[in-house]
Amino acid sequence: MRNILAIAGKEIQTYFTSPIAYLVLTIYAALCGFFFYSFVATYVVQMFRMMEMGQMAGQSPNINTWIVRPLFEGVLTVVLLLLLPLVTMRLFAEERKSGTIELLLTSPVTELQIILGKFLGALTLYIAILAVTFIDIGMLFFYGNPDAKPLIAQALGALLFGGALLSLGMWISSLTRNQIIAGAVSLAVFLLLYVFDWVTSYSSGPVGRVMSYMAFVTHFDNFSKGVIDSTDLVYYLSVIVLGIFLTSRSVEALKGRP
Amino acid sequence: MIEVQQLTKRYGPTLAVSDISFEAKKGEILGFLGPNGAGKTTTMRILTGYLPPSEGTARVAGFDVVTEPLEVKRRVGYLPELPPVYTDMTVTEYLTFVAKIKGVPRGDVKKRVDEISEKCAVAHVRTRQIGKLSKGYRQRVGLAQAMIHNPEVLVLDEPTAGLDPKQIIETRELIRGMAGQRTVILSTHILPEVSKTCERVVVINAGRVVAEGKPEELTRRLQGFETVLVTAEGPAGAIKEKLERVGGVNLVEFQGEPDGRATFEVHAEKGRDVRAELARAVVESQWRLYELRASGMSLEDIFLKLTTQDLVEGHAASAAAEAPTSEPEQPSQ
Ligand SMILES: Nc1ncnc2c1ncn2[C@@H]1O[C@H](COP(=O)(O)OP(=O)(O)O)[C@@H](O)[C@H]1O
Ligand SMILES: [Mg+2]
Repeated sequence: MRNILAIAGKEIQTYFTSPIAYLVLTIYAALCGFFFYSFVATYVVQMFRMMEMGQMAGQSPNINTWIVRPLFEGVLTVVLLLLLPLVTMRLFAEERKSGTIELLLTSPVTELQIILGKFLGALTLYIAILAVTFIDIGMLFFYGNPDAKPLIAQALGALLFGGALLSLGMWISSLTRNQIIAGAVSLAVFLLLYVFDWVTSYSSGPVGRVMSYMAFVTHFDNFSKGVIDSTDLVYYLSVIVLGIFLTSRSVEALKGRP
Repeated sequence: MIEVQQLTKRYGPTLAVSDISFEAKKGEILGFLGPNGAGKTTTMRILTGYLPPSEGTARVAGFDVVTEPLEVKRRVGYLPELPPVYTDMTVTEYLTFVAKIKGVPRGDVKKRVDEISEKCAVAHVRTRQIGKLSKGYRQRVGLAQAMIHNPEVLVLDEPTAGLDPKQIIETRELIRGMAGQRTVILSTHILPEVSKTCERVVVINAGRVVAEGKPEELTRRLQGFETVLVTAEGPAGAIKEKLERVGGVNLVEFQGEPDGRATFEVHAEKGRDVRAELARAVVESQWRLYELRASGMSLEDIFLKLTTQDLVEGHAASAAAEAPTSEPEQPSQ
């Protein structure tokens, strides 16, 4: 455990001494802030419209349905697909290029500890990114009274969704010494996952059902509605484990040929 | 402390290391000498558990590198060809991280980092980013990194390559200073390096051990004759004849006649000092003698000789050695 934490700590330190963390956080805060603002604006317009039509009956439209859910459903997934490659691209590619992978692999730590440490480091930065969204949402509590319960499912879902992308991105990063290639391939793969979801929505029958189980983004739907379904939970956890497994195979093969 | 037996490493069809065996005893500084591509780095990577051997065994501090890699890694300090540093970290941050993953006890990390920074003369740059340090300093940081967990065995891959002469001297002193009770194995393709730092040398070429011994021994073994350089002013042809007639001289080679002084390389019988007679021969004939000096064969020449010899013999041998590899490999698990 100490080894994992040492490596995770190093990753976090690297993120925050290089511009990556600030870049990703800034882009994310800007995008998220923009959509947050526009959802709030739509909400306010809606509220006035309902008031005009006299439907208010003493209550305002649901903040969760109008602001929080779209934020997770529409924005978070897309923004993460675009931003997380920036987080994962350096994980192994950089170590391979600079030769520091040789230091890690000749230290008394196991390959799994190295991989888990790196994953944990990236996950920590990701949690910092998510915190931005939750700060935005937190502000809603000052001005309205949204339902806090769905937030637990939404937070867990976002963590798993991002974790799965991070795990796959980490694997892709271990396949090359070039960070740019790792980033570009990760972006392509993440976008394909998104496209795959559209395709599956057209197919039917048993094949369609298998395909839709495979669909990456749709498993987030329940979470964003505030529902924790064990199928979705198992799905994302499996993807995380798969990514870690593939990375360990790749690191094994990489010994001696950094 | 280090036992290597019949070690072979193939990269696909390339035979990088072929059936090499050697040993290093506790407290010994062993030089690993060979030209580029000889297989030094490959061997060192196997010793540090970074690379699995194709055949043969390597044991470090009594542990097999394949079956007990973590035990080996705990006891080995390793400086690869390029110091494995994170350029955006400061020296202290870096050494602290390395101390942690090398298993230095939590409470000792800070003390150990300070100690080793002091010892490797990087204490005064400890708050600087490694990327902004000169090559020499980076190498010292690399050495500090290798030593941080106080390992029994140090493996240094070309520790002085690419440094300027002053840095080379400093690094050598550092290595000698750290050796102490440790077993050190260092590789180099530069000859003077081994005679300066090492107690014993293993010479490898094209993946095979071609010679082994103390640096002086190697020199003696290869010295088949004594060579003396003579520079004199006078008719070159006559001088040559006169020198050839001196007792014990086998061969006189005319080297050139810049600014009117002729230089000859005189080869004499082994173990016979002909310098006094040569001097007398020149002076007797009223020629002026400018220089007379024994030119002991440098390790550099031996090295050239060793490797060229091996190239000739080696071709047949490596062709034979490679034959079995072309057979279908055993099915991998
Ligand atoms: N990762 C690798 N893949 C394929 N061939 C390699 C690899 N590493 C080294 N070699 C080959 O193995 C031989 C020995 O290389 P190396 O051990 O690096 O020699 P040295 O360190 O003595 O210069 C060389 O012919 C080199 O080209
Ligand atoms: Mg080398």
